[in-house]
Amino acid sequence: LVIIGAGMASGRALEELFSLAPDAYEVTLFNAEPRGNYNRIMLSPVLSGEKSYGEIVTHDADWYDSHGVETRFGEPVTAIDRGRKVVVTAKGETPYDKLVLATGSTPFIIPMPGHDLPGVIAYRDLDDTNTMIAAAATPGARAVVIGGGLLGLEAAAGLRLRGMEVSVVHLAGHLMERQLDPSAGYLLEKALAERGIAIHCSASSKEIYGQDRAEGLRLEDGTEIPADLIVMAVGIRPGTALGKAAGLETGRGIVIDDRCVTSDPDILAVGECVEHRGAVFGLVAPLFDMAKVLARTLAGEAAAFAPVEVATKLKVTGCDLFSAGDFAEGEGREDIVFRDPARGVYKRLVLKEDRLLGAVMYGDTADGAWFFGLIKDGTDVSEMRETLIFGPSFQGGTAPDPMAAVAALPDEAEICGCNGVSKGQVVAAINAGAHDIGALRAGCKASASCGTCTGLVEQVLALTLGDGFALPQAQPVCGCTELSHEDVRRLIKARELKSQAAVWQELGWTTKDGCHVCRPAINYYLLADWPLEYRDDPQSRFVNERNHANIQKDGTYSVMPRMWGGMTTPEELLAIAAAAKKYDAAVKVTGGQRIDLLGVKKEDLPAIWKDLNDAGMVSGHAYTKGLRTVKTCVGSDWCRFGTQDSTGLGIKLEKRLWGSWTPHKVKLAVSGCPRNCAEATCKDVGIVCVDSGYQIGVAGAAGMDVKETERLVDVATEEEAIEWSTAFIQLYREHAKYLDRPYKWVAKAGLDWVKEVLSDPAERRALNARFDISQSVYQTDPWAALVTAEERASWSSPIATIDLEAAE
Amino acid sequence: MTGWTDIGALADIPQRGARVVKTSRGCIAVFRTGADEVYALDDACPHKGGPLSEGIVHGASVTCPLHNRVFDFATGAAQGADTEVATTYPVKVEGGRLLLDLAALADRSAA
Repeated sequence: LVIIGAGMASGRALEELFSLAPDAYEVTLFNAEPRGNYNRIMLSPVLSGEKSYGEIVTHDADWYDSHGVETRFGEPVTAIDRGRKVVVTAKGETPYDKLVLATGSTPFIIPMPGHDLPGVIAYRDLDDTNTMIAAAATPGARAVVIGGGLLGLEAAAGLRLRGMEVSVVHLAGHLMERQLDPSAGYLLEKALAERGIAIHCSASSKEIYGQDRAEGLRLEDGTEIPADLIVMAVGIRPGTALGKAAGLETGRGIVIDDRCVTSDPDILAVGECVEHRGAVFGLVAPLFDMAKVLARTLAGEAAAFAPVEVATKLKVTGCDLFSAGDFAEGEGREDIVFRDPARGVYKRLVLKEDRLLGAVMYGDTADGAWFFGLIKDGTDVSEMRETLIFGPSFQGGTAPDPMAAVAALPDEAEICGCNGVSKGQVVAAINAGAHDIGALRAGCKASASCGTCTGLVEQVLALTLGDGFALPQAQPVCGCTELSHEDVRRLIKARELKSQAAVWQELGWTTKDGCHVCRPAINYYLLADWPLEYRDDPQSRFVNERNHANIQKDGTYSVMPRMWGGMTTPEELLAIAAAAKKYDAAVKVTGGQRIDLLGVKKEDLPAIWKDLNDAGMVSGHAYTKGLRTVKTCVGSDWCRFGTQDSTGLGIKLEKRLWGSWTPHKVKLAVSGCPRNCAEATCKDVGIVCVDSGYQIGVAGAAGMDVKETERLVDVATEEEAIEWSTAFIQLYREHAKYLDRPYKWVAKAGLDWVKEVLSDPAERRALNARFDISQSVYQTDPWAALVTAEERASWSSPIATIDLEAAE
Repeated sequence: MTGWTDIGALADIPQRGARVVKTSRGCIAVFRTGADEVYALDDACPHKGGPLSEGIVHGASVTCPLHNRVFDFATGAAQGADTEVATTYPVKVEGGRLLLDLAALADRSAA
């Protein structure tokens, strides 16, 4: 028995053969590499320095000896003479009764100019690995890896661990596009970028430049990446040259039947060089199966190879990735996707006709084996479809029928409170052709204002359209893009996009400068992430924020000066009363413990602001996505039951937090004892004072939704209470989707994660520091920005006043 | 009749913003897009009278700040399923100056 190729499949085949029929053959093992069988998959830990070559050898000299294998390593076979049944090498001819081709794959080298310069290698065998290790020994050495698939990223990671400067160049729009969709690809890209690997996606390589050796890679767009080493990891092809030259039937690989026999009855083949029923292989598990079949065929036993589903569980530079089955897109296939970008978790299931075809997981792969089982068994998952993505712990029990409640509603039932749209009207609109939420919003206005009823409207859609309606997944920000808010937020950070133009460009916006939905959101994300580099853009603000007052239905405005912690003075009240009289305003006491002056004309705003500024008052920001109020009850200053100075703490908090822009309005309260007179337990951040200190709760709501706060932490001192509250708000500023109140954000991010982050004192300090940086820019009174009388007069002046009669 | 009247400099209007021309017969909102094109609409939304000059300008349209009607500057037509049409006026830029056609305004008011 002559075997050409000492790779992993051939090694396993020999093991199996020797256990089945140890004396059946005298074996001669040829290998082009000057060494025996080793675990090629473990080359990556060798590259990174975690393992030595010796540790990955699978069959050593003793093993070959004890099994009587004649080894001819470093002696490539150049031809096969099938007629005379000999193989030819430089040393002469060797006869065979049975021949096994195990020539593996050859890495594809892109035939671009410069590909044959010294310093350009593939990543296939130990020699490549040693070349890379040697290159990394030079301090400051740089490497470019062409190919951002699995192998390329492992090469990049290993080289980086060895201290090289590494860039990855990848043709597709995101990394590992065969296993991951764009969002998961970006998560991976970000994780790698954090480890100092430069990633270039959508990058087409043009040529390798250099005099006597490779000096760098030039891309099609002209970018030059200097490098001392260029690694090509752009795919492998079955090694068919030898078999093809010998006249064996080859397609993409050397064609074998179920018994591993080629078109020549005395020649078999195994491993990556084969093609079996049209399939070629790149993962080891099916090839080990194939090796068993080969061994049994050689031993004269009946055997048939049938490829089985495989799962791959990988660590690419510490990023957990699991993939199994077939997750390509195709007709009749559906996706279920779970995305938690803040935690770097992504899971995607591919189904067809109630069966799981494939699964990809990134960041949290604990349930991989369970999904793999479902794939292998071809289990019908229709019963558990709704909870399938959450894994084995969340299955079981009959799901309640959400449709029953909606179906029971009468036609007159109000679905949309803001716009007064009944169920009957929604159904009529659907039957008239509005088949998605966007069409209903535009047409009958259901869900077009505050959006609370969106879920209900979608249920009516599902009820009316039946199977014709599918609930949408991660919604894009608006019509200008397909990216969701989470995607955009993450990309603004990861790609350091510091201007609106950068966002339109880099993220592929379909409009020149966004729309009224996305511009305010993008403006917020940019100013939150880059407080010193990006300036707030007034033209991207809603009218209220631009004019520092709330517009009312008749085009007049309401003016609300700040009343710190709900405490005021006679002087302030007199100034407010005087302003109300002078500008003929209606006076309303608000739920936020301050006073609202309504009916002020736009041109009078600067004047009323000046009057209030002169009395020492500043804007209450009642019109912003920002810090609104900190309500208090009187506490230990006055109250019999007050355990701490709740009013004092409330004022301190308001003085620290006012002026900051946030994803949506933020309201705090501090109650002096658990009687909770300040209603702290339904606030974004609500503090209840107790004898031992302060109980900080977060994520409450008391508007369209009513929700009690959840306990974040208990602290002993006022300083800690301020530090924790500020850190929470800064975390919210940096992570939440624009227009999500804290309770919505915490529901998405998870309170456990929030606690985990904030429990680290260093992280709390860092968040406070970042908040301070932002405040250094934004904690200013917008009303006081108009300093001179001239500025005030011209603030909302018309560009021209035309006397039409005179003109006529 | 009177025709093109100088109402100010292009630079007086913030990019992607608006300024208002006051007349005895109501206000006109003059818009400047991100590409420095200029348009003029009645500063009263045909839906419920909201000040269009206070809306967010994007592309060649503006969104009314009250209820989010989106109006195309060139035609004045509301986009999507809405049917309102805002009144437009001819306006142009010459040598950095804004010229508004008052004849159109006078005609409109007379009718």
